[in-house]
Amino acid sequence: MPVKDYIRERFFPHIWCSGCGHGIILNNMLRAVEELDMDKSDIVMVSGIGCSARISGYVDFHTLHTLHGRALAFATGVKMSQPKLKLMVPMGDGDALAIGGNHFIHAARRNIDMTAIVMNNRIYGMTGGQFSPLSGYGTLATTAPYSNIDHNFDVVALAQAAGASFVARTTTFHARQITDLIKQAIEHRGFSVIEILSQCPTYFSRKNNMGGQIEMMEWYKNNTTRIGSKAKQENPQLIERGIFVQRDMPEYCDEYDKVIEAAQK
Amino acid sequence: MAKLKLKEHIINQEWCKGCGICVHFCPKKVLALDDNDKVMVVLPDDCICCKMCELRCPDLAIEVITD
Ligand SMILES: Cc1ncc(C[n+]2csc(CCOP(=O)(O)OP(=O)(O)O)c2C)c(N)n1
Ligand code: SF4
Repeated sequence: MPVKDYIRERFFPHIWCSGCGHGIILNNMLRAVEELDMDKSDIVMVSGIGCSARISGYVDFHTLHTLHGRALAFATGVKMSQPKLKLMVPMGDGDALAIGGNHFIHAARRNIDMTAIVMNNRIYGMTGGQFSPLSGYGTLATTAPYSNIDHNFDVVALAQAAGASFVARTTTFHARQITDLIKQAIEHRGFSVIEILSQCPTYFSRKNNMGGQIEMMEWYKNNTTRIGSKAKQENPQLIERGIFVQRDMPEYCDEYDKVIEAAQK
Repeated sequence: MAKLKLKEHIINQEWCKGCGICVHFCPKKVLALDDNDKVMVVLPDDCICCKMCELRCPDLAIEVITD
């Protein structure tokens, strides 16, 4: 398998549960890197803490497994000191938008060149199924046994409002789209956000009576649609997939270089 | 584009966790789980080489090799 050139085989089989969507994201992220023919030593993957964050241990790039919620902060440091490197920052929904929410909006606002991937399983998998800011009103979780009263963020709307210059969404059912979006996000110069809906059969779908991995992926198939499709007009409840934002904006490291130049004159 | 022709499916039994995603979503029902909950090929001649099993496998445990 050609993608095997990009993994640390000695750590496989991985720790994720049977059917966990995070493995599908890993699988297709590797294909994106392969299709772009990237050099392993040009990529830095920075992750925080969570089941999702374990992804950095499996790839044979430069990797940093850091603190819960702080992946983007570490990634910003790496990028500022080595702007030529390509930064990939996969995060859980809790990692990215609960404890890491502030880093998320400010990284987006600065438009620093990196690819942030939100592996959204709508729950804290690693710590036992507590609700996250993406679980949503009416869901069940270990910490919401009587139903969650918190409303969820819309990752796409949040990223767009915060200033991200590339914003996209897909699901683990749409494997080829994962590869395609990650490729485009890597090639985009600026802060890119891709939300990937990912099943946690162990906590989210079990607690919410949504079946296992297969039912969850069927759900992704039946409840999502291409941006602006006819189906969306007929059924506004459908979740849109595709690229929502793609715009040219001054990139942070480029701007910082200009500051250095001006200061040295 | 010429039609792809199957050479073989390479299955990594050590990595397969038997989640059944490949079995369920194969459009031609080529795959099944064996008694140990590991994927196996039951109808190789029906495979259309779409590779969706390979792309949707969370465990990087299946590969579709074409001629
Ligand atoms: C500062 C800090 N607070 C809390 C934790 C405990 N903790 C570990 S992982 C996690 C949440 C995991 O959920 P998510 O980020 O959504 O990823 P998943 O495991 O679902 O992939 C928490 C709260 C921690 N490790 N560090
Ligand atoms: S607990 Fe959930 S998110 Fe964590 S590995 Fe298991 S299925 Fe995946």
